[in-house]
Amino acid sequence: MNNTIIRFENVTKSYDDGTVVLKNINFELERGKFYTLLGPSGCGKTTILRIIAGFTDASTGDVFFNGKRMNDVPANERQVNTVFQDYALFPHLNVFENVAFGLRIKKVKETEINDRVQEALKFVNLAGYGNREISEMSGGQRQRVAIARAIVNDPEVILLDEPLSALDLKLRTEMQYELRELQQRLGKTFIFVTHDQEEALAMSDEIFVLSNGEIKQSGTPVDIYDEPINRFVADFIGESNIVDGLMIEDYKVRFAGKEFECVDGGMKPNEKIDVVIRPEDLEITTPENGKLIVTVDTQLFRGVHYELSTYDQDGNEWLVHSLKKADVGAEIGLDFDPEAIHVMRLNETEADFDKRLEAYGDEDYE
Amino acid sequence: MGTKIMNKTAKGPLIPYIFWILLFVIAPIALIVYYSVLDLNGNFTLTNYAKFFTPVYLKMTLSSFWYAFLITLFTLLFAYPTAYLLTKTKHKQLWLMLIIIPSWINLLLKTYAFIGIFGLYGPINAMIEVFGFNPKQILFTDFSFVFVSVYIFIPFMIIPIFNSLDKMNPSLIYAARDLGASSWTTFRRVIFPLTIDGVKSGIQVTFIPALSLFMITRLIAGNQVITLGTAIEQQFLVSQNWGMGSTIAVFLILFMVLTMLFTRQKSKGGRV
Repeated sequence: MNNTIIRFENVTKSYDDGTVVLKNINFELERGKFYTLLGPSGCGKTTILRIIAGFTDASTGDVFFNGKRMNDVPANERQVNTVFQDYALFPHLNVFENVAFGLRIKKVKETEINDRVQEALKFVNLAGYGNREISEMSGGQRQRVAIARAIVNDPEVILLDEPLSALDLKLRTEMQYELRELQQRLGKTFIFVTHDQEEALAMSDEIFVLSNGEIKQSGTPVDIYDEPINRFVADFIGESNIVDGLMIEDYKVRFAGKEFECVDGGMKPNEKIDVVIRPEDLEITTPENGKLIVTVDTQLFRGVHYELSTYDQDGNEWLVHSLKKADVGAEIGLDFDPEAIHVMRLNETEADFDKRLEAYGDEDYE
Repeated sequence: MGTKIMNKTAKGPLIPYIFWILLFVIAPIALIVYYSVLDLNGNFTLTNYAKFFTPVYLKMTLSSFWYAFLITLFTLLFAYPTAYLLTKTKHKQLWLMLIIIPSWINLLLKTYAFIGIFGLYGPINAMIEVFGFNPKQILFTDFSFVFVSVYIFIPFMIIPIFNSLDKMNPSLIYAARDLGASSWTTFRRVIFPLTIDGVKSGIQVTFIPALSLFMITRLIAGNQVITLGTAIEQQFLVSQNWGMGSTIAVFLILFMVLTMLFTRQKSKGGRV
């Protein structure tokens, strides 16, 4: 039953000058999963990673590792290894020695070091690069050396601090696949920190969305994308149209001057709410057939789709991702399914949100 | 045509530099070498060089190296931790400034100050008397000579070490800790190797001048310490034997060149 590897209990972090970085963080991480801490810069995600690594202490609260409290265990005695944002490879050592660093400190036998380093380098597709200097390696290769240096020690948890942010787009996408595959092959727990929602959605088993030192929502990428808890999460995870609305009664919502059928419930009658509709859920149609009538303001060609910025009569902006082209300045209709409407209560906690979703959300869905 | 113009503009500014080198570096060295092969009557001779290899001068050379080594060692032992602590302070540039400022004060003044401090009637002996001991001869000892020299050289050692420590990526230290290194191993395996260039420059700017010290030697150590520096002074000012003085100077220059070669920085492919 006990598959938990890391547990945070009421962890806070504040500095002497009074700035609070983390407010009451609680979570449990299971063995062998890929977790992502996602949030804008300054949200506290890197601080959580540093607390796990042991580079900084929690101000209050407890951190458990395999059920043992590890607040006071120094960084060099923890069963975790980190892949740093700037890789932090030792410039005075070559690739082999960089990877061997941790093993040498543990006084592993020379033949075993050799075997394990070669194996780790093979794992990250750098077999034969052992004698290269770090300065001779490209950004993507350095990234792999950093990963090899972490995995060679066979830690239980690997922490990754925005490791892809310094790479160009194509390499970054490639590395996303590689990292995900690597994690599955190794079967280790990965904790990945990023501000890039696409990265988070593509790789994670579970995402923690953070803002201002709090976990706003946690769940699988699909859950978080489809059922964001509030305006912040909806806005941060992907592009979305968020408008003010009114919940008339269960399954009936009012926004943009009209009433619509929806699949949400469990709120007070006539409660003020936020409505989210993803741009890809809006379909262009004729004004007569549209649930909303909007005017096209701008249109951008994005390669896979057109991105239209449109406005309804009330002045709400509706972003549309469409395979079909529209004419700028023209009046068009927008059609969408009741499932596309996602209703968010203002200031709802994650626990209440989950409870309500269990009671109402799934009935019409699956 | 473009390259022609380039060549012209590239060489023009070099002229004053070449002139400077000729006049103030090449010419004095040539003069020293010239004087070193003259005897007291101005005739060509190699006896000065032969005399250098007699036990008197060899012992002097050895003692010069020994004192320069001691001075460099103690300077390094004091400067490295200081530089390290400096990089950890909040206003590190200010602290560095405070350490550098004393080096702007005239060397002779500082040396005289130490004569006062270490003297028989100075504050240190006054303190010793307070504790009920007899005044001690501090001046004119090996200790006072090394102490004052170390004090003089410390800022010059701190600056290059501070710079190399400051330049170092702090996440390398985290990386070492993360990989299981204790504080000491982190220092030995990562911090020190990465700042070795700063240490080498520090040794250069300390060891080479320490090898040819003579003013501090004279004022603080009196006749207790005889080095190549004081020997040159003696030959030129007391014995009036310019030939022998120049010969010692030639060897001193050789030793300096050797020191420079020894502490040369290996340039690696590229910097990270």
